[in-house]
Amino acid sequence: MSASAKKGLIEVSDFCLSYETLDGAMSAVEDADLLVRPGEFVSIIGPSGCGKSTLLNAVAGFLKPTRGTVTVDGEAVKGPGADRGMVFQQYSLFPWKTVRENVEFGLKMRGVSADERKRSARTLLGLAGLSQFEDQYPDRLSGGMKQRVGIVRALATGPRVLLLDEPFGALDAQTRQIMQQILTNLWERLEISVLFVTHDIDEAIFLSDRIYVMTARPGSIKAEVTVPLPRPRDSTLQLSPEFLGLRAELGALIREESLKAMGGELNADALKGLAINLNGANLSDVI
Amino acid sequence: MKHTTALATVASAKDRFARATEEPARAGSVVLRPPRVPHAAPVPPRGAAARLKRWFRLNKGTIRAILLGMLSIGLFIALWHVLTVNRMSVYVRFVNVPSPEQVLESAEQAFASGRFFDHIVISCRRILIGFSIATLVAVPLGLLMGRYKLLREVVFPVSEVMRPIPAIAWVPMAIMLWPTNEESIVFITFLGSFFPILINTLHGMSTVDEVLVRAARCLGAREAATFREVYFPAALPQIFTGLTVGMGVAWVSLIAAEMISGQFGIGYFTWESYSLVQYSDIALGMICIGVLGLASSFAIRAVGRIVTPWATRH
Repeated sequence: MSASAKKGLIEVSDFCLSYETLDGAMSAVEDADLLVRPGEFVSIIGPSGCGKSTLLNAVAGFLKPTRGTVTVDGEAVKGPGADRGMVFQQYSLFPWKTVRENVEFGLKMRGVSADERKRSARTLLGLAGLSQFEDQYPDRLSGGMKQRVGIVRALATGPRVLLLDEPFGALDAQTRQIMQQILTNLWERLEISVLFVTHDIDEAIFLSDRIYVMTARPGSIKAEVTVPLPRPRDSTLQLSPEFLGLRAELGALIREESLKAMGGELNADALKGLAINLNGANLSDVI
Repeated sequence: MKHTTALATVASAKDRFARATEEPARAGSVVLRPPRVPHAAPVPPRGAAARLKRWFRLNKGTIRAILLGMLSIGLFIALWHVLTVNRMSVYVRFVNVPSPEQVLESAEQAFASGRFFDHIVISCRRILIGFSIATLVAVPLGLLMGRYKLLREVVFPVSEVMRPIPAIAWVPMAIMLWPTNEESIVFITFLGSFFPILINTLHGMSTVDEVLVRAARCLGAREAATFREVYFPAALPQIFTGLTVGMGVAWVSLIAAEMISGQFGIGYFTWESYSLVQYSDIALGMICIGVLGLASSFAIRAVGRIVTPWATRH
């Protein structure tokens, strides 16, 4: 398939978002620019509170930028819609709907007939290995399964882009790796654009074509890193020198911003000093 | 490794452990234990008797609760019997209190004549009408108030001022407001159940998880669909809590209204028995009220379980 036939171009330019407070406007994000090309897998990483979720929510249509533009395939984002599927950090399945009814939801909203909905949902659930759970209520599922259903539900309407907000944050390390593999497989099959927010560097490298690193609040783009690792990728890749090199590089960038986010007094030298003091003395002496 | 294959024939877990600890493992080395030989699953004895035994064992807790419940009710009746048959009087006077046997006798008489049954039917009809109207008004109002802040801000202060007024206090006002006695009694029943239903529906709406609303929006749901598919089902378990509480208060209000201004109904029957010095009928009326209240609460819980299957704990 040629690149021009694909859809799902996300453009964010001169993005600013501020909140009104008694002390004046508080900036959450300032002058952020980012681009996701059709079919590309792009991650945003940054220290906590840097506004990476804010950017994602703006693309989803939940937040309006104070200044700047957000467009998908050239159209300005006006509000949430089924053309942009979203997966949330918290489990967001409807507890009163079975797994299949959850997956069917988007199609139901579009007025697709019950039979057709059922067929599409079953196909997608099959792809995600969830066929045997289609009639279960979500509270019977494990965290990993819930998030798999969440992803499948977001994909069921055939969106142009998929937005994920730290979707695997609550999962254990092993489940997380398997979920990353499943997400990659789905993305490769469906050829859609993905914008993925995480604070996990390994996850971002393993999944992405490109990574944006954000600064501490007010967030803006600090760096853009292209991941040259070949696809298909598997978990052994995480031991390759290229992977480890990228990881060190990104780690340093984020560490710098995290320290800033934790407050001015806690700079790198102060941390070093703290460690030396503790090495020498008993903890009770220090306290 | 050679010794790994040698170990593969080991059967018991104890043995496996012993072998593994024989020689200390080098730091950083991985010592694989041989695969465990699974125990044969115990074959449960077949046959009806064995099954019955297992059923008893599995349902021990429930059976015990039922037996204890029956025992406690039995003890209550026995105590009642002892106190009344001996006409005991220890500050509290059981002299005129009917014994269980007398109540049973008057129940037989009462059910034989159609009049007592009519009282029950009339009370149930009042409950049904008053409670249904309260549900039909309070649930939609609560849902809308939960969704639209302006409506909540306008209605909530009035409802908060009215809520603490017991339905019984409405009796004189209700008699003035409504042209017939029947209507004023139904109105009082309605008022009694209205506020618990409204408040619980509102509470249910306030606990709706915002992320579910956002998920629905992202999947293309508009206002009406979000209301129908997210807010309503999310609030439903709490609405049923309100209905259960509301049903209880409806009975309280109904009996009070019937005692004060009624001509029919089980509350009227109970009060009238006192005036007519038919003491065993007082107890009969009271027991009837208790059973009817219990049955209607059960019915609402049962409906609640059916319409919110996801909320059933497993």
